[in-house]
Parts: sequence; C-alpha cells; structure tokens
Amino acid sequence: MATRHDTAAAPPGKEGGAAPARPPVEAVPPEVAKKRARLSRRWQRDVRWSPYAFVSPFFLLFAAFGLFPLIYTAWASLHTVELTAPTDMEWAGLRNYTRIFDDDFYWNAAKNTLTIGIISTVPQLMMALGIAHILNYRLRASTFYRVAMLAPYATSIAAASLVFVLLFGRDYGMINWALDLVGIDRIDWQNEKWPSQIAVSSIVIWRWTGYNALIYLAAMQAIPQDLYESAALDGANRWQQFLHVTLPSLRPTILFTVVVSTIGASQLFGEPLLFDANKGASGGAQHQFQTLGLYMYEQGWVNQHLGRASAIAWTMFLILIVIGIVNYVISRRLRASS
Amino acid sequence: MRARIRTARKAMVLAAVASLGAGLLAGCADDGKDEESSSQGGNGGKTKITLGLFGSFGFEEAGLYAEYEKLHPDIDVQQTVIERNENYYPPLVNHLTTNSGLQDIQGIEVGNINEVANNYADKLVDLSKYGKESDYLPWKWQQATTKSGQTIGLGTDVGPMAICYRKDLFEAAGLPTDREEVGKLWAGDWTKLVEVGKRFKAKAPEGTTFLDSPGGLLNAIIGSEKERFYDASGKVIYKSNPAVKAAFDLTAEAGEEGLVGNQTQFQPAWDTTIANSKFAAMSCPPWMLGYIESKSKPENAGKWDVAAPPKAGNWGGSFLAVPKSGKNAEEAAKLAAWLTAPEQQAKLFSKRGSFPSAQAAYDLPLVTDAKNKMTGDAPIGQIFAPLAKESPIQVIGPKDQIIQQGLTDNGVVLVTQGKSPKEAWDNAVKTIDNNLEK
Repeated sequence: MATRHDTAAAPPGKEGGAAPARPPVEAVPPEVAKKRARLSRRWQRDVRWSPYAFVSPFFLLFAAFGLFPLIYTAWASLHTVELTAPTDMEWAGLRNYTRIFDDDFYWNAAKNTLTIGIISTVPQLMMALGIAHILNYRLRASTFYRVAMLAPYATSIAAASLVFVLLFGRDYGMINWALDLVGIDRIDWQNEKWPSQIAVSSIVIWRWTGYNALIYLAAMQAIPQDLYESAALDGANRWQQFLHVTLPSLRPTILFTVVVSTIGASQLFGEPLLFDANKGASGGAQHQFQTLGLYMYEQGWVNQHLGRASAIAWTMFLILIVIGIVNYVISRRLRASS
Repeated sequence: MRARIRTARKAMVLAAVASLGAGLLAGCADDGKDEESSSQGGNGGKTKITLGLFGSFGFEEAGLYAEYEKLHPDIDVQQTVIERNENYYPPLVNHLTTNSGLQDIQGIEVGNINEVANNYADKLVDLSKYGKESDYLPWKWQQATTKSGQTIGLGTDVGPMAICYRKDLFEAAGLPTDREEVGKLWAGDWTKLVEVGKRFKAKAPEGTTFLDSPGGLLNAIIGSEKERFYDASGKVIYKSNPAVKAAFDLTAEAGEEGLVGNQTQFQPAWDTTIANSKFAAMSCPPWMLGYIESKSKPENAGKWDVAAPPKAGNWGGSFLAVPKSGKNAEEAAKLAAWLTAPEQQAKLFSKRGSFPSAQAAYDLPLVTDAKNKMTGDAPIGQIFAPLAKESPIQVIGPKDQIIQQGLTDNGVVLVTQGKSPKEAWDNAVKTIDNNLEK
C-alpha cells in the first residue's frame, strides 16, 4: 500500500530535540514547484472534503428514510388524505390536530400507553437490577446465565407474542390451567381491561429484562471494589452495600435505561397488535389495550386515513421530545448533585 | 510515482463509492425491470405471467397452472401469495395508486371490490371482452362492474351460505336430523333459527352451544340482506337500516340467551371448539367445509350435514383483475378468463371446495356429484347451487369490511362477555363512525 511519508511525523533528530529535524532547504526548479503546489492544493481539498464524503452515506439514507418521511408526514397531517389516493390532498389546516382533543379513542390509547408503559417498565427495571446484582456475585457458569438472560431479547416479537397468546388463552391457555389447579377462577386475559394490559406488559417484561440486566451488570462491574471494602469495614451488610454503594454508582445507568424503556414503551406496537383476538388493530373489542402506535396504524393502514394517522404520529413525536427534555433536565441535575 | 499511486487509490475509492451508490439506486429501482430481465433470462423466451393472490385460491394446488402451460407452451405462470387479505390489500392499494409493482393478475376480495372499482377502474383492463357474462351469476358479475359498464374483475368463487349442523348433537337434543326436515325448522326467517337454538339449549349436551360464535350468526343474517351498510346512491346507512339493527338485535338476543359460543371466528380458541365438538351448528359457505375438515378430529367425519338456511345469502368470494400497466396485459386477461371459466371453476370446486361463481358450472358432473368427507353423502354441489342463484344482488360499498368488522368484533361479541346489547351496539357504532371519518 502507498504509505504517505510526507504526512507521517518525521523521526526525531539525532541531537535529541523533540522537534523533528528538517531537511536543508534547497532551490527547487519552477516546474517542480508548480507540480508540488498543485499536489498540495489537491491534498488540501482531499483533507477538507473527503470526511464529508465518508459520512455522507448515513446522511443520505437519513434524508431519504428519516428526514423526508418526517417532513412529508407533517405536510400530510395538515390535509385530508386517504391511502387510496395519497396524491389527492385536501387542505384541512390543524383540523387533524384539534379533533384529537375530543377523540376518545386517542385519549384511551394514550392512557393505555401510559399504564402499559408503567406496568411493563417498573417491574422490568427492578427485576433487572435484582438479577444483575445476583449475577454480579461469583457464580458457577456465569456466562451461561448471562447468555440465557439475553435469549429473549434475540427472539422475534412476533414469535414471542404468538406463544404468549397461547399461554394467555382463556379456554385452553396454560396460565388459566395453572390458576385453575390452585383454585383461582379463570381469567379472560384478552377481553378484560387490566388482565389484557398485564398480559401485554408481561411480553415486554419477558423480552427486555435480560437486556437491562446486562447493562446494569456491566455498570456494576465498573464500580471499584474498594468502595465495597470500605463499606464493609464500616460495618455495612450486603443490603446496605447495595443501597449505599451500588445504587448511587448506577445512577447514570439507571437513568439511561429508564429513558430507553420509556421511549420503547411509548412506541409499543407489535405486542398489542399480535395479542388482539380479533386480529385487527383495535387492541381488543373495547380498545382495552390499544396503544398510540396501534391507533396510528389502525387509522393509517386499516381505515386508510393518512392525514389523521400523520397527525397522531406527530403528537407521538412531540411526546418523545418532551420525554427527552425531561431526561436532559434530570441528568443535568444529577450531574450537578454528584 | 506517488501521484500515480494516489490516482489509483482515488480510482478505487471512486469505484467503491460508485458501486455502493449503484446498489442503492438498484434497490430503489422499479420492480418491473427485474422481472423483465428474469423473464428474458431463465425461461427461454417464454412469456411470464405473474399472479398476486391472498389466502388460498388454490389454482396451483389444483394443477390449473400446469394445465394452462401445457395448452400454451410459450406461457410461464408464476404466483406470489400473501396469507391474509388484511396484509395483502393495503400494498395492493399502494401499487394501484402508483401504478407500479403490480403483478399481471391481481386477486381482489369481495369486501374490497367496490373500492377498487370506484377508484382504480382506469388502471384496470375491461374484462367484459374476455369473460362471457352469461356464464356467471348476475350478481357476481355486477359487483365488479362499474357504473360506466366496465368489468374490472372476473369472479372466481362465491360463498353461498347454508347451515352446517352436527347430526349427533341434534339427535341428543331431540331435534330432527334429516336435512330436509332441519331446513324446514327455520325456513324463511332467522328468528326461527334462534327459536330452534332455544329448543336445542333446553336439552343440549353438557358444555355445548347451539351456534359457534356471535360473529358467524351476524355475518349470516346480514349476508342475506339486499341492502346492508350502503344505499344504492353510496350513502352509509348502516345505523339507520332497520335490517342491520334487526340482525344485530337478534344476534345479541342469541348471545344473551347463551345460544352462541363466546368466541371470535378463526381464532385458535375457536378452532379448538370445532375439534372438541363444542357447538351444534354454524352458518357455512362451501369453503367452510374444508376449514371444518382441517380442524376436526378424524372420528367426526360424516357426523356433519348441510341444511338450507332461513334465507339465502353470500359470504366471501373473490375476483381476478388485470392491471393495464402489465407488460403482458393481453395474455394475462386471457389467463384470467381461462382460470375463471366454468370448466376450471368446477375443477377447483372438486379439488379445493371453492364454489363456482360461474353458474354454467353448476350442471357439470364435477359439481353435481361432489361430496365432502365431513358431511358424508350429502350432495353438497346440489345443495349450494340453488342457494348461490337465490343470493340477493347486494348493494356493496367501499368500507363494507370495516363496518362489518366493527359490528362483530367491536360489537356483538361483547354481549357474550356480559355487556348489554345496547352497550355493545353503542361501542360498535362509536368505533365504526370513528373509523369511517376521514
């Protein structure tokens, strides 16, 4: 390969200065000087513009598949557009946004997104913390446990959800069968509000607990051992060590997982879609577990109202921005306090 | 020297960037080009005709493509199938709108045919020159014909509904089992069917219901009405149409009385109720017999029979349409006409159970002699044929599917979950209105 000697730092001079030795200046014939100047201009252009060329693929793709849809969706949300004729737009102003205020289905979906988000995220992160703490001890076959923890994360949502649908079946599901054995009445997991939300949340919990546990575990292993030693010397037991050494050191990591899980929860879509007994996108007969993502999909693809769906998409985007700002404020406060 | 090396390197980088870019562009490129090259490539100059279908049309399984290729050695028929129409139809709409990515022949479900006829007739070939109108059931032909007289699709199958019932369970409950007598029990009136249900319930074997699901009953009643969700001018009238409300109320009554199972059709749990013989009767088009067979335990073969319904109605059925943008639209139209011709429809019925929409097929031996494993000796071809002819010419609209799904899945099923009929109706109406509002 061509090695560029002219750019590499020259070896230090023999007399031992840090400055590189320079070759003695000699007279250069004009045509050589011209050539050198040309090369040097090229070289500068190369240095200046090549990096942009190297990063451009990402930005081109982002423009095509990220920015353009974003702007187009914003434009579409201001119109009445049907999927059957996407080019046939009729100006609707902010109607698609204002109608959201008295759209019961939107607020129902927003509430469901929030409650499912809480039911799925809180236990998930607590369990992940506990599991990470246990895995942080010296265990036999610890690699095996760690890999096993990550297995659900590597499973496809569709496959996992279909299995959970079978488990949560009302008449022939395994969970109801087990409940029956211990004398508890069968639960209609799909048709009742809270059972259905708990069931959907359980799919999320199953899938993401291991992932978060591994993140916590990595952070725990970075905590210096001396902190635990000095805590032990001060007479702290294991629980106190967890509370006063582990948790404070994990604060930034916990914040990160909370933010990531919140974003995930606000976009929840695949699990409730596949959990629907009607195989529609209404999230149950009474929309009892329809999330915002699902409602957007229903409006856009089932009911073919692209304008309404775009407006819903943008409100979801705004919600995410609010979450981002809250995160920023909290993390700044955390940094200031530590 | 150095300069040369650098140019070589630059050339390499440029080549890499160019090839990456070309790959990207190729990814975005028109699908048509790929097909063009492949049809000229591997097939030795044959004309390739592609079909885009959903569910199980069964053309390939019944050997019809092979037969056509034998008759026309220069034609190569290929199909792509998407399982569920819910996943098939939205992309089809996109492709029709942009007029790209379409197959040479596209299958269209009856629930969508009106929307396609209203919006995309100018992009589809007029098939009235290819198919023979008198071969088909008049109402089927009409469904795919626009107001200006263009026929955008040729009918494949129809779903004339009968009532399939379990002879053993009817006998256990003291009801007649002969199909003539059973048909007479409820002839002419759906309320009589519900009355029979009450009689069944009085002496029903433990753990069984009369009908399979509320959705199935509502479907059947509404399927026998001439005017359902839209009036002839295209206005949505489902809320004010007394026939729809009556159907809903009757189904709700059956739900409150516990005459229908609390199931949603085509769900795994519903499948299990077929396997475990949990209900005595269901409304069934011919294609349902195949479904029952696939979900039943083998020992239940022959325990079913088919009786005439209170009123003839139709459930399901499809069409084949030919987009104008196809390279071989002419050849594709000929293939579509051949696949939907009476002889081929009769073959399809004998092998796959899809009931012909071509009435000219009803006198062919393949139809008149047809039998089904589940229903024993019942001459199903002869039972269903008059029902298909009696089916009303229904007024169909673009959003039939959304309205019907709202009434069943967001409506009447709630009654079986302990809600009052009024709550169920209100929930359905609220959902449907929100779904229809642009």
